[in-house]
Amino acid sequence: MFSKGTKRKFSDGGEEISDESLLGARVASSYSLQRQSLLDMSLIKLQLCHMLVEPNLCRSVLIANTVRQIQEEMTHDGSWHMVTEAFCSAGQSPSERLVATEVLCRSREQDAEPKLFSVISYEGCCEEEVVADETLCSVSVSDTVSNVCLAGRMGQCWEKSELSGIERDEEALEDSRLGSGEEEEIDTEDGASTESPKTIGQVFGTFEIKNGSPGPDSALEELFSDVDTSYYDLDTMLTGMQSAPKMGPYDLLDSLAPSHSSPSIVSTPNCRSDLNELDHIMEIIVGS
Amino acid sequence: NDHEVTLRGINNCLLFLSGYAADIISTVEFNYSGELLATGDKGGRVVIFQREQESKNRLLSRGEYNVYSTFQSHEPEFDYLKSLEIEEKINKIRWLPQQNAAHFLLSANDKTIKLWKISERDKRAEGYNLKDEDGRLQDQFRITTLRVPVLMPMDLMVEASPRRIFANAHTYHINSISVNSDYETYLSADDLRINLWHLEITDRSFNIVDIKPANMEELTEVITAAECHPHQCNVFVYSSSKGTIRLCDMRAAALCDRHSKFFEEPEDPSSRSFFSEIISSISDVKFSHSGRYMMTRDYLSVKVWDLNMENRPVETYQVHEYLRSKLCSLYENDCIFDKFECCWNGSDSAIMTGSYNNFFRMFDRNTRRDITLEASRENSKPRAILKPRKVCTGGKRKKDEISVDSLDFNKKILHTAWHPKENVIAVAATNNLYIFQDKMN
Repeated sequence: MFSKGTKRKFSDGGEEISDESLLGARVASSYSLQRQSLLDMSLIKLQLCHMLVEPNLCRSVLIANTVRQIQEEMTHDGSWHMVTEAFCSAGQSPSERLVATEVLCRSREQDAEPKLFSVISYEGCCEEEVVADETLCSVSVSDTVSNVCLAGRMGQCWEKSELSGIERDEEALEDSRLGSGEEEEIDTEDGASTESPKTIGQVFGTFEIKNGSPGPDSALEELFSDVDTSYYDLDTMLTGMQSAPKMGPYDLLDSLAPSHSSPSIVSTPNCRSDLNELDHIMEIIVGS
Repeated sequence: NDHEVTLRGINNCLLFLSGYAADIISTVEFNYSGELLATGDKGGRVVIFQREQESKNRLLSRGEYNVYSTFQSHEPEFDYLKSLEIEEKINKIRWLPQQNAAHFLLSANDKTIKLWKISERDKRAEGYNLKDEDGRLQDQFRITTLRVPVLMPMDLMVEASPRRIFANAHTYHINSISVNSDYETYLSADDLRINLWHLEITDRSFNIVDIKPANMEELTEVITAAECHPHQCNVFVYSSSKGTIRLCDMRAAALCDRHSKFFEEPEDPSSRSFFSEIISSISDVKFSHSGRYMMTRDYLSVKVWDLNMENRPVETYQVHEYLRSKLCSLYENDCIFDKFECCWNGSDSAIMTGSYNNFFRMFDRNTRRDITLEASRENSKPRAILKPRKVCTGGKRKKDEISVDSLDFNKKILHTAWHPKENVIAVAATNNLYIFQDKMN
């Protein structure tokens, strides 16, 4: 459940330490270890949230709130500052960091192995290194997880394309994706980082290691901007009295289908071939 | 004593029917008369059971439930905009009150609600003039007489047809639907919005609650459940992931973002932990049949609220308090996010909810007695009486008790339903449906 507390060594030549304060120190360190473990677990869950095909919003919100609570407490403790300093230490070589993030990209298991906890501590990575990590994500092409990782960001590109009136057939989509690549402004929100791929950046963004105190809000600033930003603009049109909304081809087909027949636009086998195409396209983009 | 009978009656339950759905059951609902019981599953299918008519010559004069109709309600869809598949899993089924020979129900997956008509056909017209028995058109020269077609009996056929499809109104996942007492409108709720529909109109709905922040990064709370008041068609409630319930009056404003009443129990500071918020998240809210109370289910307890008192519930029932010390493990394996439902009995004297290990719990509100029962084939033979179960929370485990560490957290009972008039309950245990009745004396 919790990682075991490290046993504190009693140094011989040092001051006498009373049993009580020793116990108190043990309890305190055990608590902070437990808290750290909980924080690590939560961050992994959040990242897995983003890796799932359709993140459960309620679950994401609850986990994010838990992370925020821990961060707030750690900020009050002053231990947050210590944590940030530790991460920024020059002890880790860039290659170690790259390996670490690759593990995160690869893993899709719900029950995160304890070894992943230590991986989280590597996220003192700067944004540029994170960008480079994408190539590792693309290694496992057949793993839809790593591709879906980026799908959220791509989805926003598609949304922008649609709103600007580009014909949304497959070729045009591919063109816009390939063309926009990583230069396109992804975020519609203020204060969001734009250079790095957001899904990876978010997890690391939650720590946002800068010297000094990162306010809890800024630390979690990227958290939900990927969840449904693709609908952000469309949404404002849909609130209030909803007449037949601006229809994409999907909706049009839906309304044309006879009411008693299946409303699905594509049967599942087609979905899979679409996803395979998506994988292929992701590989091209990320590899470039 | 009426109230004693409630719990004793349930204590002497018999297992009448185990139906097996091919897929995981995701919702269970009796209709207004209790004659029909609908289940929805993960594969988008709806199975409706009908109670057999009572017959005098059977040993037990209460009817069994048999399959009445099965149909595919929702199919998986693909959302091109987000490159995501929309699950066909049925999240909720709600019946409409019966107004003619046909039955109507609403079924909802994550994005779309459908109104289904279930009707019987047991007669067929025969003796047409213009076509023969096989349906082929006859030569007009051959027709020498004129006759009136006659309705002849045929084998009963139950047909389900979708009459309305309410789509494209929810960006987020639909978690609740609720038919209004005016029987003309209904509401549907997703994580951030609640919409009001008219049953006849599918191309638009009114948004009545919107808690989406302008900046999604500021999102800290979502809507978890919503329900219309059983008698006042202008009143509805919705619960949140922070353990609060808001009661809204639709007469006050078009957009009910400002609540009329706000129900929240103050937190007990001594039991505060990092999991406090998660376990306070309300997974279900149900009005009592009387309309005077409502019940909420959070992770560890069920609370009954008096609509006239906002600052705390009038009753709190612990479902599985022994899990409080295991919250970290349950967080790790995601069980802490399980959404249990709850239900009232017809007279509002008892409430029921599910737990783990295929256990479900019933509480008698008057005697304050409670019972734990198990829904499993191994422990229940048909017509057998259910044995009460007990979880050992510490110390020496007695015989027949089960220790907390032996509980199977994969066997969870999230969906239960209680017949609106009688002591008949339906319990969904993963992909099995159990129906229990109290024994006739």
